[in-house]
Amino acid sequence: MSVFIIRRLMQAMLVVLVMSFLVFAGVYVVGDPTQILVADDADQAERARVIAELGLDQPFHMQYLQFLGGALSGNLGESFRFNEPALQLILERLPATLELAFVALAIAVFFGIPLGTWAGLRPESPVAKTIMTGSILGFSLPTFWVGIMMILLFAVILGWLPSTGRSDEITYVLGFPTTLFSLDGWAHILLPAVNLALFKLSLVIRLSRAGAREVVHQDYIKFARAKGLSESRVILVHVMKNILIPVVTVLGLEFGGLVAFSVVTETVFAWPGIGKLLIESISFLDRPVIVAYLMIIVLIFVFLNLVVDIAYSILDPRVRLQDMKS
Amino acid sequence: MVSDTEPTLEVRNLRTHFFTKAGVVKAVDDVSFAVRPGKVMGLVGESGSGKTVTGFSILGLVDAPGRVVGGEIRYKGENIATATDDRMRRLRGREIAMIFQDPMMTLNPVLRVDTQMVEAIRAHHSVSHKEAWQQSRDALGRVGIPSPEERLRAYPHQFSGGMRQRVAIAIAMLNRPDLIVADEPTTALDVTIQGQILYEVQKLCEETGTALIWITHDLSVVAGLADEICVMYAGRVVEHGTVDEVLDQPAHPYTRGLIGSVPSRNRRGQPLTQIPGMTPSLLNLEPGCPFKTRCPDADAVCEAEPAITHPAAGRDVRCHHPVTAGAPLEVTA
Ligand SMILES: Nc1ncnc2c1ncn2[C@@H]1O[C@H](COP(=O)(O)OP(=O)(O)OP(=O)(O)O)[C@@H](O)[C@H]1O
Ligand SMILES: [Mg+2]
Repeated sequence: MSVFIIRRLMQAMLVVLVMSFLVFAGVYVVGDPTQILVADDADQAERARVIAELGLDQPFHMQYLQFLGGALSGNLGESFRFNEPALQLILERLPATLELAFVALAIAVFFGIPLGTWAGLRPESPVAKTIMTGSILGFSLPTFWVGIMMILLFAVILGWLPSTGRSDEITYVLGFPTTLFSLDGWAHILLPAVNLALFKLSLVIRLSRAGAREVVHQDYIKFARAKGLSESRVILVHVMKNILIPVVTVLGLEFGGLVAFSVVTETVFAWPGIGKLLIESISFLDRPVIVAYLMIIVLIFVFLNLVVDIAYSILDPRVRLQDMKS
Repeated sequence: MVSDTEPTLEVRNLRTHFFTKAGVVKAVDDVSFAVRPGKVMGLVGESGSGKTVTGFSILGLVDAPGRVVGGEIRYKGENIATATDDRMRRLRGREIAMIFQDPMMTLNPVLRVDTQMVEAIRAHHSVSHKEAWQQSRDALGRVGIPSPEERLRAYPHQFSGGMRQRVAIAIAMLNRPDLIVADEPTTALDVTIQGQILYEVQKLCEETGTALIWITHDLSVVAGLADEICVMYAGRVVEHGTVDEVLDQPAHPYTRGLIGSVPSRNRRGQPLTQIPGMTPSLLNLEPGCPFKTRCPDADAVCEAEPAITHPAAGRDVRCHHPVTAGAPLEVTA
């Protein structure tokens, strides 16, 4: 088991290194930040001074190596715009995004798995067909449009929930600032979380349904029934445990996606997370913040991959064995 | 064979059909037989003759689009073909157990063997987990699994096919059922193990009076094990009698063909015969005797469905031209 984890860790580090290069090179070729950062009426000397100060006069490989050296000591550069460490800017806003993504994931899991399994067990029933139609809508309607419609309906017309923003009632749990311990917090997060969850919810429904349809016809399910087990034990233990394996894998990976793609939802609902910061930084060509953002996203993805691999090997004994052999 | 003991199971005119998009598959079409306590009934037939579906019908485990559409399944007198789901659940595993055909697919791959055994006990008896675990360990030992204590903690993929089938057999026998449906349980095992398992199952049946339905396509297995034989063809029982009667004086041309295709010491040197043709598709079967296209004796009469006749007491044959007792077993080619 520990050999397995160490090997996965080394793979993960390699991925981060390669990604750092790609991210840095990618952002390097986009636009010229000096045009935005240097005042239009500045003279040539002033312009050269600013460029040198930001380190933009160095050749690409020097800039990259400097970035890499800084990154290793936890410094991802300073924001051109705020003159603050980029990492700090992101870390300040990360909890809001993580909170949103977490609630969205919870919604996707707690509604998606039961609904999908139900639809898979009784595929011909009208309820199952309704669930599946709903999941197609969840897949195909654009997030921003659904978000705006939700604001229109629940905030403007019905007036039940606040339209935008995050609650100020912050509680610290193990140093992590969250609004989930206040009613106001939930009132604010509900709409954006549902909005962000919609796509994943549809995905979980589809995965669970496909899993359930396949698993219920397996001999081992019939054998479980032949032992006289109650229907609830057959479904909750024998069917569910087999469905959970692919769902956990996909969801673990998708959590990174939730964080990364919360950009749209955060923009629509004015949620003060990293997605909103990214959009602002792009419009200012604030390179260090963009790079830092992308690196954080890479780290989240790589970390989740690692966690999923380990969780997977716990859930599915066959994976563990294969890995020990190789 | 007349016996005064009440049969454990009596199947009467059972019909199980599958209502598929392509049409109705009459997988079991008028099957009747009975098994008495401590006795073994061999259910023999080619692939696709409806043996497994008969077994599933008895346990009430026929999946949609299949359904028992007619007949009675009397377990100790009670017609379980019409029993409630809850009643069936209580019977399954406790009084009626089944061993499935494919050992590789029978155990849940993501649950440990002990989980799958303990739950089988605790579904029917309120015993502690520990006690159920010990019973499971003993049951594994009885079917010849070495170091059962250790093996209980393993997952199914850590067992070979033969070992998995032994686990399935151990599970079927856990609650000492009164009826076991064994669906070709030893096909995946090598000959010595097969012998051990047969011995073990036979012993259990004698000791506890368990009735056994042994499904197989291999006549030589039932010859040594069964008391009676039902030969199935295209969803029907075409011949029934005691082992000796059926094997020594087969009355149905299909049975004769089956016997002719088994290697035997008595007929050493003679070529083995094959029944020509293939099992007909059970989907929209033509009227008449389903064996007529392969039968050496078929004639115009066979265009009509044959009724069951009784050449002797306790003997059933479904044929227009049964071979009368005493006729030598000639080779049907
Ligand atoms: N779910 C199903 N849908 C449609 N037809 C089915 C279904 N299950 C079984 N059948 C049909 O029922 C018939 C009998 O099948 P069964 O499995 O009982 O045969 P068998 O005698 O057990 O054969 P084998 O020796 O290969 O196990 C087959 O023709 C099969 O096609
Ligand atoms: Mg079968």
